[in-house]
Amino acid sequence: MTMTEVRPNTVIGTRLLRREDPALLTGEAKFTNDLSIPGALHLAVLRSPHAHAKIKLINTKAAAALPGVVAVYTGADLKSMWAGPMPCAWPVTADMKSPQHFPLAIETVNYVGDGVAAILATTETASRDALDLIDVEYEVLKPVVDLEEAMTDNVIVHDELGTNKSYTWNLKIEATEGCVDEAFAKAAFTVSERYVQQRLLPMAMETRAVAAVPQPFGGDITIYSSTQIPHILKVMTALTIGIPEHQVRVIAPSVGGGFGSKLNVYAEELLCVGLARKHNVPVRWVEERSENAQATIHGRGQVQYIELAADKNGKLTAVRVRIIGDMGAYLQLVTPGIPLLGAFLYAGVYDIPHAYDFSCTGVFTTLTPTDAYRGAGRPEATYAIETAMDALARKMGIDPFDLRKRNFIQKEQFPYTAFSGLTYDSGNHLAAAEKAAGMADYAAVRSRQAKQNVPGSTKRLGIGMTSYFEMCGLAPSRVLASLNYSAGGWEAATVRILPTAKVQVVTGTSPHGQGHETSWAMIASEKLGIPAADIDVLHSDTAISPLGLDTYGSRSLPVGGVAVAGACDKVIDKAKLIAAHQLECSAEDLEFAGGVFSVKGSPDRNMPLAAIAFQAFTAHNLPDGLEPNLEAQYTYDPPNFSWPFGTHICVLEVDIETGQVEILKYVAVDDCGVQINPLIVEGQVHGGIIQGLAQALFEEAIYDEDGNLKTSTLAEYLVPAASDVPPLTTDFTVTPSPTNQLGVKGIGEAGTIGAASTVMNAVVDALSGLGVTHLDMPASPHHVWLAIKAASSAS
Amino acid sequence: MKISITVNGTSHEDEVEPRTLLVHYLREHLQLTGTNIGCDTSSCGACTVHLNGESVKSCTVLAVQADGTKIVTIEGLSKDGEMHPMQQAFMENHGLQCGYCTPGMVMAAIGLLNENPNPTESDVRLGLEGNLCRCTGYHNIVKSILAAANK
Repeated sequence: MTMTEVRPNTVIGTRLLRREDPALLTGEAKFTNDLSIPGALHLAVLRSPHAHAKIKLINTKAAAALPGVVAVYTGADLKSMWAGPMPCAWPVTADMKSPQHFPLAIETVNYVGDGVAAILATTETASRDALDLIDVEYEVLKPVVDLEEAMTDNVIVHDELGTNKSYTWNLKIEATEGCVDEAFAKAAFTVSERYVQQRLLPMAMETRAVAAVPQPFGGDITIYSSTQIPHILKVMTALTIGIPEHQVRVIAPSVGGGFGSKLNVYAEELLCVGLARKHNVPVRWVEERSENAQATIHGRGQVQYIELAADKNGKLTAVRVRIIGDMGAYLQLVTPGIPLLGAFLYAGVYDIPHAYDFSCTGVFTTLTPTDAYRGAGRPEATYAIETAMDALARKMGIDPFDLRKRNFIQKEQFPYTAFSGLTYDSGNHLAAAEKAAGMADYAAVRSRQAKQNVPGSTKRLGIGMTSYFEMCGLAPSRVLASLNYSAGGWEAATVRILPTAKVQVVTGTSPHGQGHETSWAMIASEKLGIPAADIDVLHSDTAISPLGLDTYGSRSLPVGGVAVAGACDKVIDKAKLIAAHQLECSAEDLEFAGGVFSVKGSPDRNMPLAAIAFQAFTAHNLPDGLEPNLEAQYTYDPPNFSWPFGTHICVLEVDIETGQVEILKYVAVDDCGVQINPLIVEGQVHGGIIQGLAQALFEEAIYDEDGNLKTSTLAEYLVPAASDVPPLTTDFTVTPSPTNQLGVKGIGEAGTIGAASTVMNAVVDALSGLGVTHLDMPASPHHVWLAIKAASSAS
Repeated sequence: MKISITVNGTSHEDEVEPRTLLVHYLREHLQLTGTNIGCDTSSCGACTVHLNGESVKSCTVLAVQADGTKIVTIEGLSKDGEMHPMQQAFMENHGLQCGYCTPGMVMAAIGLLNENPNPTESDVRLGLEGNLCRCTGYHNIVKSILAAANK
């Protein structure tokens, strides 16, 4: 089946335009900072200008005296406001070390941007003006900027921990003890590579914003936040501040992108809530872009050592990986777990024996904390294996596509139980790769390359590919338990049919650009036989949707969407009892199609769901003991991750005189199983690819030796513009997931996972004739030029 | 300082601080919150509006500089309940995801077509250089604008 084959009379698989769009296109949509909150005080946070320093003295008098300023607080002033430190929900090992982390620093500051004091003022302008009037005396300490330097413990970030190492997490899988070492000893070919995953700034276009609105007499508090995780934020706020959970309501209004950066519990959210309760007035805060660069989590930040062993035919026999993960200054919500999300993927899409040795050490630095950024651990893993595969192919003198073909897990092996014990649900790597190769004209590019890349030519042609697996749809709760994660991975949905046969779908997912309102309505429409236009989708308000685990990890569709389908099933089951009662037959005799129950063999005896909805509402004639109304809640805990896959290919030219990379063609064949709305799927793939491509060519959080972020605005941090990136050629294969009733897999992160190594493999391929075998990201003109220069002086 | 300014066809007279940016005037004095702020360096273009018919980043204009001008914001594009053809093109081509850059992107796109009614794909990409989007990878934004141009 290809994506163009749409089943007749179905909603699923159609390119329904998004219902979210009119409000967003006309300015009607309200983002957090658009909300009118009468009487709100404005919070501003004074941030440390030092990467590592002791706070000696804070003088707030001048700031407090500024007209409009209501109060100024230091970390010490507020210490009693917190019931506990800021949360980290993923203690990956029993002995993981984590420093206490409060919304404002108390004795030491540990990164540039660490909060030092909070100002409340009647206007935003006054709150920011007052920042300049706070005088802080620091005793500056040595920073820890470099990851491998952090490993030496020469300078320790958190004295009380005695080391910069937070944890070491191992995953060693051996069929027989010592078989990894043995495989390397016996290997016909080995490669040993070191890669750097540079730090990235997520840079959602909407910076963070919060407003906390208290009810002084009831004790309730409503938090508006630009967050991906209203439900998790609710629990964590209750625990961190010590408020009964049922008195906290979190609303995520329109949210302007997240990419993982809003999958967190942030100091400013807690400050707004704590101070709103203290002052009994609403408190709001909006982040400036340069604050966003320093005080919102960063992504990536790893040094990776990967070794591959292969036999004489290039068949992989063992994989060994050592990772140093940059935690930054503190552990945020899931910081330590990010490398673990990639831990199972360093063998990529290849059939390897039980000979896998992975270890990751998380270390503290005096830099902004890291955490989830689009793909979170999986782009890093995919980059390492896919770039190492190209290195192995070069060593063997064979085409990298050929090497991949020799190692792919074959389609008849699915469901495939991997070395790790995880089961890959479905896949067909060869088909996706061959389709992509056809679209990229792989063979023709190779022959063109042989003619073009000759001595004297200044424009070198390169082609690179990546075949990836994404472990997504976070997550089976029992697997999360085995990884020491502090919550489950289920998702909840409620389906409610109103008396007039209009439908409310309530979901625990929290969209911020992914179009859940449209897609969930399509799923419910397909199941119930009611037009999508008659189905409303409610979300992102914990009072309306009390149960949920929110949106991240490409989980919304394969977990939350499947929950919607499950809730529809329960409603249909109940409606069937009513239909059977009124049609005077047994429920087993009824079939349900197109929104109508009919007696098998006698289609004239029927009752549409719309009529049953009204009967359920009036409750005049229901079976004995049946509750009135048609409403069901369903919570789905996925039995497995979902495993989207695909192949991306990039063709590019490198100008070896300037180091400039020009992408000629980028093709992607992705497979996310059944597509609910191909329009939305394509959009996710496009955006994901450009974010991965941006890591390969443009983006890098650059720090100086003192720990100052030199790329803290959009003028310095190179988020690509339209003119910097190519058009994309995307297509799909469709291999349904056997795990869930919709056959779906996630697609939010796939593009990002596939893109960085695709581009980098092409760049190195273009330059391999010059002796270049390796290049660190980003492949900026300067880096490319340096690599060419180094290779030519080495030869 | 006193300014008089016409926004989306309605004239306003207001007292503003000299340092007030046009974008803050629109958002805070007139409650026209459709115009978004995405940066502090005039890099992102989320705040793009039309000033006397030309697209400008409203964070680079002081409200007092806009005295006596005619401004159109995203709220002023639709007529009689119908979206502007550019807004429709964005919807039909999935040219937006989170929607935060969208008002500025739509205003810039209309400005671009005013200057060059028949752009090539590369004209569109170059013309959008001042507007950043983090969701779409630009592919469908470019497609939307080319579709609007061909209508």
